[in-house]
Amino acid sequence: MLLDFFQGLLGQNIGFVVGWLVKAIVVIVPLTLVVAYVTLAERRILGFMHARIGANRVGPFGLFQPFADLLKFVFKEIITPTKASSGVFYLAPAIILICALSSWAVVPFAPDLYFTHVNAGMLYVTAISSLGVYGIVLAGWAGNSKYSFLGGIRATSMMISYELAMGFAALGVLMVTGSLNFVDIVNSQAVGMMQGSALSWNWLPMFPLFLIYLISGVAETNRAPFDVCEGESEIVAGFHVEYSGTPFALFMLAEYASMILVSTLTTILFLGGWLSPFPTSWGVVGTASMAWLVIKVLTLLFGFIWYRASFPRYRYDQIMRLGWKIFLPITLVWIFVLGAWMVSPLNIWY
Amino acid sequence: MMDVISILFYFFAAVLLFSGLKVITAKNPVHAALYLVLAFVTSSCLWMMLGVEFLSLTLILVYVGAVMVLFLFVVMMLDVDVETLRKGFWKNLPLALLLGLIVAVEMVLVLLNNTKIVTPINADPITNLSNSNVLGWVLYTQYSYPVELASMILLLGLVVAVALTLRKSEKQAKYQNINRQVSIDSKSRFTMVKMDAEVEAPTAEGEQK
Repeated sequence: MLLDFFQGLLGQNIGFVVGWLVKAIVVIVPLTLVVAYVTLAERRILGFMHARIGANRVGPFGLFQPFADLLKFVFKEIITPTKASSGVFYLAPAIILICALSSWAVVPFAPDLYFTHVNAGMLYVTAISSLGVYGIVLAGWAGNSKYSFLGGIRATSMMISYELAMGFAALGVLMVTGSLNFVDIVNSQAVGMMQGSALSWNWLPMFPLFLIYLISGVAETNRAPFDVCEGESEIVAGFHVEYSGTPFALFMLAEYASMILVSTLTTILFLGGWLSPFPTSWGVVGTASMAWLVIKVLTLLFGFIWYRASFPRYRYDQIMRLGWKIFLPITLVWIFVLGAWMVSPLNIWY
Repeated sequence: MMDVISILFYFFAAVLLFSGLKVITAKNPVHAALYLVLAFVTSSCLWMMLGVEFLSLTLILVYVGAVMVLFLFVVMMLDVDVETLRKGFWKNLPLALLLGLIVAVEMVLVLLNNTKIVTPINADPITNLSNSNVLGWVLYTQYSYPVELASMILLLGLVVAVALTLRKSEKQAKYQNINRQVSIDSKSRFTMVKMDAEVEAPTAEGEQK
């Protein structure tokens, strides 16, 4: 519709480019606003959990705080360390941000509300998020500092380890859905014995996979308690220790955007996306809408902040042990269980 | 005027050729590895434009997301001296040119034998199957034996890698006993001892200080 309008206005080719650019802006600008307010929510919630006040000075309830922070970052001096590989140094935050934002191209927000409708959507998101590690490892290397290099190395091995567990957990969902398309994945959760209520979603028959996906998601976004790559008590600030001003703000933006992305993916894969948790016979509260997706994503995001306030940072070798020796075997076993379940007469999916 | 799709194709093709050239000419090995990553990503974009979404995304997932990250990791850790790498350049040039020529001739022969341009099937209009679905059917029915064979070779590589790095005895490597670490309690680490208070008698010297 939007595309047709611009193609009618500007001709076939230029309209095509401009139409897609406008569509991208329509997705990215609200996302950036949500990121801004998630940072504020994190500060206020952490403050509440630590029995202190948190940011409440700028505007009513501190509502203008994110914009004050943004202005501060933009007007700060950008310092390039001596002997830094300057091209790669400024490429790294760009890579990390592009990866965090471009995954949103295939994520649907409602049955007919999406940027693109791609058949291999799940595969696309997995591929793009596996690129995100380059931003971190290059940021660590290019700064020419031992602390940031250590942070980059830690991030690489951790993200590769948890990507495997996460991929296998998502594989369980793909097995029962038979499709890589997000809309199909959500729709397949709407049917079943419990008539599309919360009990027919994927989290119940795949409970171990759901938990592993959730925890690996925290590790993939380098959030506490898995934030060893920026562990400030050991290696100052890890991979972004040399960054200041706007490039640093890009790292923050990417971190929160990927937090929201992981929450949305968990919701779509395991928690029924935009489906209502109540049976469809319940009228308005039983109908599927984008509001349910938003509620579920915000709940998961609250969880992200809660873990940060509650858990101490894992020791590095314990993180590796958890990823390779606990999560990976559990997912592998559960995929065999699922396969056996699907061919057995007890199958609940077809 | 060319349409957007052809402009995109020529753009990606130009980037691919440029990055391929830079892989072998870049001075810094880390930069060379990064150009290789760029080459993989652009060739995956070209595949995506052909509509083979599964292969193009798998290329990114496997080569860029896993193999090249580990490769970059090693290149960053090693202190590669560029001068020693370039020492035998002129001596090895004839052999390298010969090998390059053989590869080029092979590719031309393959292209000459398949002049028909095969249009890729994305979503089959009749069965409405995506090409990842179709590929799965073909791989696990028609080509199941080669798939099994390839997976056995990969398994062999895995076992060999583990066997090469495994250090079994305590003497060869230090291990943490996680079970012992987790099962400790306060009594094994901390004992309360009753003792009389030691009171130091004040002396004249102490007062002078």
